[in-house]
This record gives sequence, C-alpha cells and structure tokens, in this order.
Amino acid sequence: MHAQKQAAISAAAVPPDYRVVGRHAMMPLVSHDDVARFNFLANMNRFLSTQLLPGVKITYEQRAKPRFEREAGRAPATRKEVRQLMSHEAPYQNWSALRRATMESRQQIGRSVVLRQLPELVQRAAQLSANANNLQLDPNLTVPRYISAVEQHCMPGGYSSELIAQDVSPAANYDVGIFATTGGGLGRFGDGGGLAVVEWLKREHPTFQPKRILDLGAGLGHNTLPLAQAFPNAELIAVDVAAPMLRYGAARAASMGVKNVQFVQANAEALSYPDQHFDLIMSCMFLHETSFVAIQKIFAECKRLLAPNGISIHLEQPQYHNMDPYEAFIRDWDAHNNNEPFWTTMHELDLVELAQKTGFSRAQCFETGLEAVVDEALFPKPKKKVEDYGRNAAWYAFGTAP
Amino acid sequence: MSGFDRQAQRAIAARKAKGKRPWFYENAEAERVLNVVLALTQELAVTRERLDTLERLLERKGLLASKEFDAFVPDQALSAVRSQQQQDYLSRVFRVMSQTADAADEGASDAASIEELASS
Repeated sequence: MHAQKQAAISAAAVPPDYRVVGRHAMMPLVSHDDVARFNFLANMNRFLSTQLLPGVKITYEQRAKPRFEREAGRAPATRKEVRQLMSHEAPYQNWSALRRATMESRQQIGRSVVLRQLPELVQRAAQLSANANNLQLDPNLTVPRYISAVEQHCMPGGYSSELIAQDVSPAANYDVGIFATTGGGLGRFGDGGGLAVVEWLKREHPTFQPKRILDLGAGLGHNTLPLAQAFPNAELIAVDVAAPMLRYGAARAASMGVKNVQFVQANAEALSYPDQHFDLIMSCMFLHETSFVAIQKIFAECKRLLAPNGISIHLEQPQYHNMDPYEAFIRDWDAHNNNEPFWTTMHELDLVELAQKTGFSRAQCFETGLEAVVDEALFPKPKKKVEDYGRNAAWYAFGTAP
Repeated sequence: MSGFDRQAQRAIAARKAKGKRPWFYENAEAERVLNVVLALTQELAVTRERLDTLERLLERKGLLASKEFDAFVPDQALSAVRSQQQQDYLSRVFRVMSQTADAADEGASDAASIEELASS
C-alpha cells in the first residue's frame, strides 16, 4: 500500500506505530505481536475518545438533561447529579465498559511482556544503577497507605509491591505501556510533561538557572530527565516512596547517559534536606495520588525547602472549580472507575489557598495551562483537538515564583 | 535468578487490581462478554497486523508485488469455496442470534422445560 494512502493516514493524526517509542537499555523487549497489541490499545483509546465519547455528550444534552429539566424544573447542578442521570444511559455504559476493559487489557499485556523477562530486567537494573551510583533506597521507609493500599489506574500490585527481590516490574510495565494509554501524546520517552516544564521555564523565566532541583513523586523519572538535560550543571533529586520505580528509573537514567540525577526513596511529606535547599521543586501528575492530609504536608515541605528566589511547579489535570457539571462528571470518571481515590478531592481543592496557608503570598502563586512537548514529526498532533478527559497530555499547572 | 513459570506469568498478568470493580451494564454477565469481545477484537487486530507485515516483507524481498494482492482475482471455484467459508464463519460468530430467531418461530412449542420432559 500506496504512498498516497499512507500520507492521508498520517495527516489524520492517528496514533503512530509503537516502534517510535524511545528505546533504552531498561526498556523491556517486545515481539511483533506485543507491538501490535499496544498499537491496538492506542487506537482503541483514540476510538473511544473520538468516536464514542462525543455520543455520550449528545445523549446527555439531548436526552438526559432535558428529562431532568422537565422533572426538576432546573438544569443538573453538580457532577453527582449528572452521574446519576448518565449511569443508566447506554452510550455512557458502552464507553465506560470499553474504557475499563481497555485499561485492564493494557495492564495484562504490559505485565505479560515484563514477566517473561523479569530476571534479566532486575539484573540489568542492579548493574546499571550500581555502576552509576545514582540510587539511594531506604529499607526502613514506611510506604504511605495511599500508595501501598491502592492499585492506581488498575495497575495490579500498584507502584510499590514486589513480586521478586529487587523488583522493577511495576516501572517496567508502566514504561513499556504508557504509549497505549495516550496514543503517543506524552512523546517518545513519556516525558512530554517534563519537556513542557523546561519550555515554560525558558519562556517565563529565561535567566533562571537552578542549581538544585527536586522532583516529587518522580516514579521512574520520565519527567525528571528533561530537566536534568536542560540544566546539565544542576544537581537533581528524584524522590519517590516506591523502590521498584526508583530502581528502574536510576538504571534507565544511567542507560540514557543522564548523570546528574539521584533517585532517592523518601516520603515527600517529610524530607531530610535543609531549609531553602532547592531552587526548583516540581511534580508531574503526582499530587492526585496522595491524600488530603499528605498534600498539606507536601505543600509545607515545598515552602520549607524552596530557596527564597526559587520556583515551584506542579502539573495536574484541570481543577473542577467553575467547570460545567457534565465536564466535571466525565473528568471524575477515573476516580470512580480507575482506582484513583484522591482524584476527586484533589481536583476540588483550591491549591492557591492551600499554598497560602503554608506561607506563600497570593502574588507568589500562579496558575497556567501547559501542553505536552512532543516530537511532532513522530507524533503528529490531531488537527482537531482530541479531548480524552482525564488523560490529556495537557495540564493545569500550579506553582509559586518570586 | 529465576523468574515465574508460564502458568504463573499468565495468572499474575491477568490479575485484577485491588478494589471493587465497577460494572457499567445492569447485567454484569453482558459486560464480561464485552470484555471477551474486546480481547478477541484485539487479537484479530494483531493477526491483521502480522499478515500486513508478512505481505510487506514478501514485497520487500521481491517475492510478491503488493499490487498482486489487490489484483488477485479468484476463479469461480475458489470464489464458491470462499463464500462457503464465509457462511460457515458467520454461522459460528452469530450462532446465538440465529438460535433466538429459531425460538421465536417455534413459539410456545419450544417452551417445554427439562422438568416437563422428564416427567412426561
């Protein structure tokens, strides 16, 4: 087939082939059929967001909402009311059932790829991080319940549990399959968030040259490495509570030639670094996986650890304030159906107010929107924006600057 | 270091995540079937992709030109064989729906229960 047809396909901006995903020494090996499964899942997710989800909204606007208005004499006012209405509507049931099934399939495929090569991955990780001397684990650390008791986004075992000694499987599974969830929206190395932070810093604070950078809940360091590469003279600390993520992340960074990141097992609620130690503190899609008590402690730590002229920035999906109840209902799907128990509360919080309680002034706080920075030659952006609520590679960014 | 045997790998990979699983259809059985349908759709996509790879490799090695695929015309006998295969295939996929139609035709006569038959 047929150059013209291929050109037409790439212009339509469907997900690219899985093989554009960046390879490094820790990336699990994939067969032809593993690749085909990831291609299917990426396309399935795109199909769900572009072909089925619009019908869910039409059903709401043309059937469920008018019925509610006739009966109640007013429009639905909250996402809970919308959810009650929509839970009986077939288009919503179909979209939801398939979205959940696709998520579970993605986990099964990623885990089976990893399990068949796990001993080799474990051994390689240990060698790479030992040679690089970039991993600091704390066997005495108590993993907080919001990580140990929750298997986030239907990921069996969660981030922190270990199938074998020195396990790296949660991170290897995360890394090998993240492409499928976003159809490449996060870029070759799943680092579109980190690259977006770099681009934002260069644009908004062009003279800012941080010497010490802290990435909270860094996981396997997808979004840490772009900062390390953008500021090669800076010293970076990637903090996480989950040892499997850090083992893999340290080895991955070493294999990618990144030398200025230490992967440290610690709890972001209480860190051992001295006051005002960091010039830049960041997190990417981390806060919603903590808890209400934890987030307050984390913000207090950010205030304590940030240098007087430092910058902090946190990326999350959009907050629900002033949001149309239908959109808030769709965005809240992951809380109920994808094992994200803190998702709802976190998206209802006033993060600016929370930051002010820790001692930042209102003038120091900012809110903005950021889009993933990806190689558009490999990952063409759809002409029409694809709105996959809760999964978009575009974020609400919140933080503080002098 | 030893890993997991094949059976253990299958069991671990297929594990459900902790927490109550949401079911979106009133009938959870229907939704289980939908999950199987998704898995089959996935495996069919894999097969098509594998076939496509094979086709392109054959072309690259000069064993076939891709236009030969599109230009291929089965003769009458092969057409008949293929149509028979298609009908067999559709009958396998849509068995349960053709049974529903049978039951409607037979009306009440199909309603005899096992108990009735056993005691008659």
